[in-house]
Amino acid sequence: MTQKAIGGEETTEKRMPLWKRLAVSALLCAVWYLVYRSLQPAADWFTYSLLGLSSTGHIGSAVAFFAFEAPKVLMLLVLVVFGVGIVRTFFTPQRTRQILAGRNEAVGNVLASLLGIVTPFCSCSAVPLFMGFVQAGIPLGVTLSFLIAAPMINEVALVLLFGMFGWKVAAIYVSTGLCIATVAGWVIGRLKLERFVEQWVYEFQSNGTGYEAEQLAWSDRLKAGKTAVREIVGKVWPYVVAGIAVGAGIHGYVPEGLMASFMGKSAWWAVPAAVLMGVPMYSNAAGIVPIIHALLEKGAALGTALAFMMAVIGLSLPETIILRKVLKVQLIAVFVGVVALGILIVGYLFNFIF
Amino acid sequence: MLIRVYGPGCSRCEKAFAAMEEALQQAGTEGRVEKVSDVQEMVKAAVLATPVVEINGSVVCRGRVPSVSEAVTWIMTSLAEE
Repeated sequence: MTQKAIGGEETTEKRMPLWKRLAVSALLCAVWYLVYRSLQPAADWFTYSLLGLSSTGHIGSAVAFFAFEAPKVLMLLVLVVFGVGIVRTFFTPQRTRQILAGRNEAVGNVLASLLGIVTPFCSCSAVPLFMGFVQAGIPLGVTLSFLIAAPMINEVALVLLFGMFGWKVAAIYVSTGLCIATVAGWVIGRLKLERFVEQWVYEFQSNGTGYEAEQLAWSDRLKAGKTAVREIVGKVWPYVVAGIAVGAGIHGYVPEGLMASFMGKSAWWAVPAAVLMGVPMYSNAAGIVPIIHALLEKGAALGTALAFMMAVIGLSLPETIILRKVLKVQLIAVFVGVVALGILIVGYLFNFIF
Repeated sequence: MLIRVYGPGCSRCEKAFAAMEEALQQAGTEGRVEKVSDVQEMVKAAVLATPVVEINGSVVCRGRVPSVSEAVTWIMTSLAEE
């Protein structure tokens, strides 16, 4: 009896034809776009007409910021996480492993970094993934390029940066992240540090089967997109809202230029300090980016702020602890050091350019 | 029937485990669900993304949390194949 009821559910779901699903999706996109375009006027109306706040006062400024940014960022987040969720079904870890197998370095490093962005990755599977890559003959440096890019280039961070600073900053984030992952992985590969991988990793015998990629139907892909939104946005939205609230407060209340004195360009030590602070910290991107927005507004330099953000989300203590299972301490130290150095260079570079 | 859920214990792995237990109960068949967090076992099962679910030695789901309804379907299919 339960079987039939469950089977019924399943059949109804599978019977909704693809064209219908696509039509619904298109409609949702149109609605999304219309709502998105009306956010700024709606926020202004809410703050200045409905609540009657003054546009020059602290609280008016903060509320207007929040009323616009919060729904805007959340909407962008839903759209992008959904899209990325679908893209990720095309780049399963199995497929990535196949693509990277047997590549030599340089090309492999670039590919691994690119794939790190689009392959779904959870740090809890870092160890079996590492071993699966080793089994496929993927060089250490290439694997590390992947492991650097995957957490550092995060679609939530991307959306937030795009939403709050525009496409240029978002593009900078992605391209510098890719550069760091590629170069750091390549450098570590050149250093020939394989002897610092735990011995048992190379000794482990397994017949290497089971890594074939699955076939997925479009309905599965759309489902994956929806699951991604539910899991990611569902988990992250309180942090986003909280971060924007803090950002709104800074926007409304902190005087211009306050940050410039210690996060501005003239403070040469700001970038290393930002990186040193950021490395041991770990937060999801959602909470950090809105705060960075406000800091930047108040005079912090772009390079310093970006360096801080990348250090926080790119390197995490939990991840290094997990990697300790397969990498010896020396290699972990080199790993963290090279990535931190890369972030540092990027930070200085952007302070110099902008 | 032996159902194995591979994963180190993050929240998704726990959800997958719960889903499989629920599914086994709904299917009403004899069996048990096992949590596997040993790395070597995971590599043997070609795990690249957790959670991974295996029924009687065949992997049915990789890298995502299954719904109870589809899990029941897998269990039924596995029973039919025996």
